[in-house]
Amino acid sequence: MELTQFTIKQAHQGLVKKDFSALEFTEAFLDKLKQEDKKIHAFLTVTEDLAISQAKRIDNLIAQKKDIPILAGIPCVVKDNILIEGIKCTSASKILENYIASYDATCIKKLKEQGVVFLGKTNLDEFAMGSSCENSAFGPTRNPYDLTRVPGGSSGGSAAAVAANFSVFGLGSDTGGSIRQPCSFCGVVGLKPTYGAVSRYGLIAFASSLDQIGPITKTVEDARIVFDAIKGQDEMDSTSVEMPKIENYKLKIENLRIGVPKEYFTKGMDSEVEKAVKRAIEIYKKMGTKILEISLPHAEYALPCYYIIAPSEASANLARYDGIKYGKTTNDRQQVTGDLIDYYLKVRGEGFGPEVKRRIMLGTYALSAGYYEAYYKKAQKVRTLIQRDFKKAFNKVDIILAPTSPSLPFKLGEKIDDPLSMYLTDIYTVSINLAGIPAISIPCAESNNLPIGIQLIANAFEEDKIFEAALAFEKS
Amino acid sequence: MVSKETVIHIAKLARLKFSENETEKFQGEFSSILDYVENLKVVDVSGVEPTSHSMALENIEREDYLISYSKDKLSKKLLDLAPETKNGYLKVKSVF
Repeated sequence: MELTQFTIKQAHQGLVKKDFSALEFTEAFLDKLKQEDKKIHAFLTVTEDLAISQAKRIDNLIAQKKDIPILAGIPCVVKDNILIEGIKCTSASKILENYIASYDATCIKKLKEQGVVFLGKTNLDEFAMGSSCENSAFGPTRNPYDLTRVPGGSSGGSAAAVAANFSVFGLGSDTGGSIRQPCSFCGVVGLKPTYGAVSRYGLIAFASSLDQIGPITKTVEDARIVFDAIKGQDEMDSTSVEMPKIENYKLKIENLRIGVPKEYFTKGMDSEVEKAVKRAIEIYKKMGTKILEISLPHAEYALPCYYIIAPSEASANLARYDGIKYGKTTNDRQQVTGDLIDYYLKVRGEGFGPEVKRRIMLGTYALSAGYYEAYYKKAQKVRTLIQRDFKKAFNKVDIILAPTSPSLPFKLGEKIDDPLSMYLTDIYTVSINLAGIPAISIPCAESNNLPIGIQLIANAFEEDKIFEAALAFEKS
Repeated sequence: MVSKETVIHIAKLARLKFSENETEKFQGEFSSILDYVENLKVVDVSGVEPTSHSMALENIEREDYLISYSKDKLSKKLLDLAPETKNGYLKVKSVF
């Protein structure tokens, strides 16, 4: 087994037993990504110096016979919308091309305290808006399984890097499926935690009532280790909450009740995906799990609801990019004639890509006088109904099983000119963000060498239930 | 179909400039997305309260204290990020 294939526990044991040093381990990844990332383009910035100094520090601790945390010396990649102090953070946008983060995001601070090694910043759809990584201002990422196909998005860079063994794990952010969908497309594990479980401090905001940071890993166990390291209340994020503590949570898989929403099996799902989901259901049945059909009556309204709420919040959040406070602006700043508003129009018109502009426009429209009630307020009410659907369902079942994406990884260029067809790839993921509940995507099957993921969804703060159910599936 | 005037008006509110071509392309895309989100019209929401946040939130408070920043490296670090500064201030175009 190659070093770069190691899970967190395997790597930790190797470091403690001195089978290899943290520096050797880190260099194995740096060598690999330097050679192979040319064709995948998962990275926007490689932080080699930072990684080497962090690895050396861990080697010193090991040499001094100090106990090291489980994540010490473990390489990680970070989506380029999460701040690491002193490192460029672009959100894959021209408007932040030269932005150097002035502080660490809380999740980064926590991982630094554990001794995690940061290899670099990964590609995404600009400002996390997209489902294919093609909306990056710095060029698309490719799927390691098939270079003609997309890795999914928006956390496509982190998912591709983990799948290609450029890193042990990665961090992503998920506003409407941006961790789970690329993980499904790249055959890795990704968790969207309960809203508030992980601090959003230092995450470049897209839609603040929906955004969550989460782990992207090779195994369910690794996802649990990383989630435990980054979760927790933070005074810098007033929406963060402490998870209720459950000591030694153990679940008897035969006592588990899994619900399958009938509304998800109507139209638009690829037959290969449907086959994979049905196979997963059979596997759980064999383990003795009870499978129940459930109903989420408002499922079909989740996507239009999301595409009002998310752009509305985005249009407000992205108002801060004015070309004055940070980032690059226009090359001919001096040549802008006219007053301040002309300057804004030019800087923002040039600095944002087409999808970001589309969403800012959509949000501005939905929030503008005369339309607010009909669009935004209506969507917020529908959001209540979607939440109620889940609440009702969780009275009957512990976990909901669903596809992550309706399709297999699609070809680069296939959907980029049709925004609506791109939005439809989020059909099974957005409702989870609207309801604020946690969901994991785990690899389930392959079709023609392309991975297919399934989602396991639970009630708020029941990540443990998700992990136990996912572990049982992984072992089967 | 959303009118061209509406697109131009919204773009101005959003502080975005589009070229003539972009405006036309946008008009079409915008209309099809709006048609799609119009699907919400049929949902009966009478008596339903809006949800702005998925979790019931409590305010979190902390002590409000002043950090002296005039000599701090932080203010330099922040100013260094701005494209144009003068005497420790951000420089902007005239408002009118």
